[in-house]
Amino acid sequence: MKYETDLPVMLPLKRHQSEPFLGLKSKHILTVALIAIIGPCVAFAQAPSGQESPLAVLLNWAPLLLKGFIFNLIISISAMAFGTAIGAILGLGQISLIAATRHSSWFVTQFFRNAPWLVLLFFAMFLLPFEINVFGFKIPFPDWLKAILGLSLPVMANVSEIVRGAVRSLPSGQWEAAESLAYTRMQTLWLIILPQCVKRMLPPWMNLYSILTMATVLASIVGVSEVMTLTGQALASEGGRPELLAPFYGFVLLLFFIYCYPIARFTVWLEKKYAVIN
Amino acid sequence: MSWTTADPMVSLKDVHKSFGELKVLNGVSLDVMKGDVICIIGPSGSGKSTLIRCINALNDIQQGSILVEGQEVNDPKVDKLELRKKVGMVFQQYNLFPHKTALQNVMMAPVRVLKQDKVKVEEVARALIKKVRLEGKENAYPGELSGGQQQRVAIARSLAMQPDVILFDEVTAALDPETVGEVLQTIKDLAEDGMTCILVTHEMAFAREVADHIYFTDRGVIVEHGPPETFFQNAQDPRTKEFLSQIL
Repeated sequence: MKYETDLPVMLPLKRHQSEPFLGLKSKHILTVALIAIIGPCVAFAQAPSGQESPLAVLLNWAPLLLKGFIFNLIISISAMAFGTAIGAILGLGQISLIAATRHSSWFVTQFFRNAPWLVLLFFAMFLLPFEINVFGFKIPFPDWLKAILGLSLPVMANVSEIVRGAVRSLPSGQWEAAESLAYTRMQTLWLIILPQCVKRMLPPWMNLYSILTMATVLASIVGVSEVMTLTGQALASEGGRPELLAPFYGFVLLLFFIYCYPIARFTVWLEKKYAVIN
Repeated sequence: MSWTTADPMVSLKDVHKSFGELKVLNGVSLDVMKGDVICIIGPSGSGKSTLIRCINALNDIQQGSILVEGQEVNDPKVDKLELRKKVGMVFQQYNLFPHKTALQNVMMAPVRVLKQDKVKVEEVARALIKKVRLEGKENAYPGELSGGQQQRVAIARSLAMQPDVILFDEVTAALDPETVGEVLQTIKDLAEDGMTCILVTHEMAFAREVADHIYFTDRGVIVEHGPPETFFQNAQDPRTKEFLSQIL
C-alpha cells in the first residue's frame, strides 16, 4: 500500500518487516533449524560410543525413505485424481433436476464425508479382492491400489461438496440470463456455470489435496510400503536404537512439511487473489 | 390457428400467479401488438417483474393464458427453448457472463444455441456493439465496464438472438444516475427501429416519451392503462393518482 499526499498529515505507522521467504519469517526458519539441529544432537549425546552416529545412520537410510515418500506422493496424486473425477460427477448429481439422482448423490456424499478416513481405508482393504477375474485373466489387485481406492472415497465426497457449493454460490442471475437466451441446462452448466466455478473451487480443492497427502501415512497401518512403514522397518533393522527415533521421524515430518507448506501458501495466495476480484 | 401480425404478439388473459400463499398476480390481461412499446409501472411489490418473467416462462403461472405469437406459454408441453429464442430479456442486474468478453457475451448464444456460423455472428455482434455505442470495448470483460456499459452489452447480447420482442426488467434501477441516460437512449433507438418492447420501469419521463401504452399495476391487478398523454394527465383511479403524485 502507498500513501501519497501533499497535506501535512501523519502517515500510519508501519513496522519494518523483512521480505518473508515463502511467507516464513526468520524466527520460523530458526525454529525449524533448531529442531533439525537439536534432534540429532540429543540423539548423538545419547548414542553409546563405538556405534555409528544417528545422523550417519539416517543418511544411509535417506534414499530408501525418500523413495517411500515418493510412493506416498504417487498414492496422493492418484487418489486425488480418481476422487476428483468421481466426486465431480457426484457433485453434479447433487444439483440434478432429477430427484432420484439428486437424493442418492446427496446420500453417498454425506455418507463418505462423515466417515473416518482410516475406517474407509480398512473397508477398501478387506472388502476388495486381492485379484479380479476378467475373462479368465487374473488381474492382481495389490494393497497400494486398494489404498488409493480407499483414500479416494473421502476425497470423492469432499470434492462433491466443493462442486455443489461452488455452483450454489453463483448468483441465480447467471442461470436466469442463460435460460432467457435459450441455453439448455447442459449448455448453461458447461459454458457458463462451471467455468466460473473453477476459480472458486481451486483453493478448497488444494486444501483437500494437502490434507490427503498427510493422510497417506494411514496406509502404513494396512501394510503398504510407504514412508512410515519403511521408517519403522529401518529402525527395526538398526536394532531399535531409541536415539534414532527423533531424527528418523523428524526427517519424515520435514519431508511432509517441505511438500505441503508451499501448497498451503499457494492456496492462501489464490484465495486472496480471487477475493479481490469477486 | 395460425398467428398473423394482425394479432397481438403477446397476449395475456386473466393471468394468476402466486408464490405459495402469496398471490402476486390476480387476473392480469393485456395485449401487445407487433412494434408496440409498452411500459408497466407501479409501486414496488405490485407484481410487475413477475408479470414479464411469466412471458418467457422464467416463472410459471397457476391460471390463465399467455400467448406469444399465438403459442400458449402456460402449457406443460411448450418448448421453452423455442419460446425464449423469440423473447429476449434484459435484467436489472445485467447478468453478463463475467468470464467472457463483451464480444463473446454477445456472440455466444447465436453460435451455441442457434448454431449460426461463427464468422457471420462475429460480424453481426460487432455491428450490435457499435449500435449500443460501445465500439472499442469488444474485448473488455464485464468487470472492466461501468454499469451502464454492461447493461448496453446485455441489450446487444439479447438483440444478437434476433428476438421478436424484448422484455426489460427495471433495467436502469441498479445504475448510477449519470449512466441511466445512455441505456435509455439505447432502448429508445430500438423502439424507433420498430422492436416490440415490454418494459417494467420507474423512469416516468422516459415512459411518457417512448411508450405507446402505459399500464399501472398495483397488488397484482392492472388498475388503469392508456396512452401516455391521457394516462399521465387524466388518471381516473385514486390509486393511480396517488402513485403519480408521489413520483412526479
